Amino acid sequence: MTMVKVNGRDHQVDADPDTPLLYVLRDDLALNAAKFGCGLGQCGACTVIVDGKAVLSCVTPLLLVEGKQVTTLEGLGTVAAPAPIQRAFMEEQAAQCGYCIAGMMMRAQALLMRNPKPSDAQIRAELEPHLCRCGTHMRILRAVHRAARLMDTVDAASDRSIR
Amino acid sequence: MTAPVVLDRRSVLAGGGALIVSFSLRHAVAQEKAAQGPKLPGSLATSPNLDSWIRIDADGQITAFTGKAELGQGFKTAFQQIAAEQLDIPFDALKVITADTKLTANEGYTSGSHSMQDSGTAILHAAAQARALLVAEAAKRFDLPPDGLRTENAAVIAPDGRRLSYGELVAANMLHVQAQPTSGLKDPASFKVMGQPVPRVDIPAKVTGGAAYVQDMRLPGMVHARVVRPPSYGAQLIECDTAAIEKMPGVIGIVRDGNFVAVVAEKEFLAVKAMHALAAAAKWRESAKLPNQHDLAGMLTALPSQDFAIFERGNPAVSGATSLEATYTRPYQSHGSIGPSCAVAHFVDGAMTVWTHTQGVYPDRQAIAEMLGMPQSSVRLIHVEGSGCYGHNGADDAAADAALIARALPGRPIRVQWMREQEHGWEPYGPAMVTKLSASLDGNGKIADWNFAVWSNTHSMRPGGAGSLLAAQHMARSFAVPAPRPLPLPEGGGDRNAIPIYNFPNAHVTHHFIPAMPLRISAMRALGAYHNVFSIESFMDELADLAEADPVEFRLKHLDDQRGRAVVEKAAQEFGWKPGERAPQNRGYGFAFARYKNLAAYCAIASEVEVDRETGRARLVRAVAAVDAGQVVNPDGITNQIEGAIVQSTSWTLYESVTFDEVGITSIDWQTYPILRFDAVPDSISVHIINRPGQPFLGSGETGQGPAAASLANAIAHATSKRLRNLPLSRKRIKDAIDA
Repeated sequence: MTMVKVNGRDHQVDADPDTPLLYVLRDDLALNAAKFGCGLGQCGACTVIVDGKAVLSCVTPLLLVEGKQVTTLEGLGTVAAPAPIQRAFMEEQAAQCGYCIAGMMMRAQALLMRNPKPSDAQIRAELEPHLCRCGTHMRILRAVHRAARLMDTVDAASDRSIR
Repeated sequence: MTAPVVLDRRSVLAGGGALIVSFSLRHAVAQEKAAQGPKLPGSLATSPNLDSWIRIDADGQITAFTGKAELGQGFKTAFQQIAAEQLDIPFDALKVITADTKLTANEGYTSGSHSMQDSGTAILHAAAQARALLVAEAAKRFDLPPDGLRTENAAVIAPDGRRLSYGELVAANMLHVQAQPTSGLKDPASFKVMGQPVPRVDIPAKVTGGAAYVQDMRLPGMVHARVVRPPSYGAQLIECDTAAIEKMPGVIGIVRDGNFVAVVAEKEFLAVKAMHALAAAAKWRESAKLPNQHDLAGMLTALPSQDFAIFERGNPAVSGATSLEATYTRPYQSHGSIGPSCAVAHFVDGAMTVWTHTQGVYPDRQAIAEMLGMPQSSVRLIHVEGSGCYGHNGADDAAADAALIARALPGRPIRVQWMREQEHGWEPYGPAMVTKLSASLDGNGKIADWNFAVWSNTHSMRPGGAGSLLAAQHMARSFAVPAPRPLPLPEGGGDRNAIPIYNFPNAHVTHHFIPAMPLRISAMRALGAYHNVFSIESFMDELADLAEADPVEFRLKHLDDQRGRAVVEKAAQEFGWKPGERAPQNRGYGFAFARYKNLAAYCAIASEVEVDRETGRARLVRAVAAVDAGQVVNPDGITNQIEGAIVQSTSWTLYESVTFDEVGITSIDWQTYPILRFDAVPDSISVHIINRPGQPFLGSGETGQGPAAASLANAIAHATSKRLRNLPLSRKRIKDAIDA
């Protein structure tokens, strides 16, 4: 049994310590947002936040996140009460198929937490590990800029689940 | 009004005032009926009953049905807008049910930018006719003429204020009638929902971690499977000692059927581990002999072909003075879905249910039923969204994998997801192509004579028969790959958009259809139009150069189609195109235009690129597109499709080719098959839509692929003064051309 803290809650997980975090999130904790894309750390679809940093969960074994704070897209907000980044992606209609989007959003969230006013070049550089096949990139960039503006106007306390 | 079609099972299936029909029966009747009378609009032609498209329950619930699959292109929202508009109900007052062999009409594949034309048109007319029937019923009950009644918010309202809701008005058989050829459509000027950028219904779940994809399904008792694919095409399994793997903790079983091998485990990562162990245990005899990937043009043109003269126009009075010829090539390219294909199958009491992101639930059901030797009536396919597919990727194969495994483990829902290297290595690629063009100019700098020849495989090996499915090819009682067929014109396959839209006095177009398929191929977004438009529109620029004419003016000089001219002029104007203008150093401007399939949406794109002369790296800096997709339902949906087409086509055009050696595919992940990343994303893309209220829907999903490629190629030629004719326009090719 391994103890992981996901979206603010403790979970005892019965999985081998070499199990990639992605499978623990999806299979043991029934969370949808982090996606299997390549299992090789090449596409970014599996990105989650661990202790404030964007991490590729498909190549991060459970062993390495024991006792750490894991945040997934589910931990940021809901349809009824979306976090600024979620509102921004909805308002910009920043998805086609959307399979890559959760990973993009988590990387962007981690960026905005440490740099609330990133330049366009900084956002592009940050998102470099992420692939989108539908070609929704222009909207994704607009959504991250919009999220930065929304966060600026929203009480910082709304980042409730990021510790 | 045509008398209702009476089906024997109807009374059993219908409950209360609800209108439900059995589709297997209904479809048979529909086809018989459709053979008579004038052709009905869109997919009403094949599924003519109104309740195939619109259902109104006695409790007021309203549902629209489509046989098409939402693939991330957003049409589910557009269909909801259409139905809401024509029924006069709020957008949120209805649901849309998509492709399901038990519930929806058989609309074949979701492909070819046909969803709006086929399904959108059917829903448009079915909703309008349903509204008319509700008004007629209300007129009867009010004892008033129908002309004085109005509809609003799912109710019919009399001038005196009396009001009957649709739920109160609907009777069991009201919508179970054949559609009429014409409908009382609303005046586009009065639209409240159609034409608006209504936010997509699927996005909220996708950005909050909701269950949005087949990959996210979790049925009670569901277990996980992984397939071990052969190392190369045609490899035979000669030995596989599975004893140790069967003893691995959590492994439920191994399914082996000829060259098909899969493992099922309680948990997903255990299935992955067991798959690796199984792959290591499997010994294969390989026999594949793949062609030389460095000479695709030579390879393709040397293969036996069936030749079709698909277009001939002659005017002996006009002849050319100066002439030009050129050959263009396209490599095999990958759909490259970000999420590997996935399916869930459940076999219970002799009935198979498969949840799949296939683009064609009915054809895939036919194939899976044939593979399993089951009647189609015992197999149900339900479409659930997957990662974007852009054509025929591994979706149908994953559905077949899941079904074959589920049959071996009755009662257990089986979830299969492919691994990255399986998706890249086994998907059916977009076919390699060669085009040879020659043309001559008359004394006035106009094209006098045009010759176009294209060499290509078919562009669809989609299921219908079991032989299209990998699992069926690999099982012991194997099914042979069906003989390929060229796709018929006017839409075409390898010859899609091979016939020029321009008006040339002499023109000859030949399609060399190549039956032999050295690599597994099938439909990829835009089919042959991507390469044919790239070729035609690159060559138009080469000829404009020869004529010392501006590329935009040169196109307009040969273009009679008024809607075509309008998008060309719009894109040029919005880009700020100026004839003869030089770009800043290391930059170039390019232009291209096409009407998809010469019968669907029009698209013109102007591009600005930047080329690093030291490295050969080209980057699209900005693109300006103009599009005419007929009547607009959701402008943001069209914009999203065109933006995506430009970025995706830029990736295909600058970077992408499937690689292989003598035996097998070597581009098996994102390292070996690189695609566009954020450092290559343009500074801006703007899309200008020319709306055509009241005109037919033309669809917008594929119209941008060809023009984006040619516009980019023309801009690179403008920046470097070098013409590149072999896709992809890679850094190395650009650098070599600059240095030559």
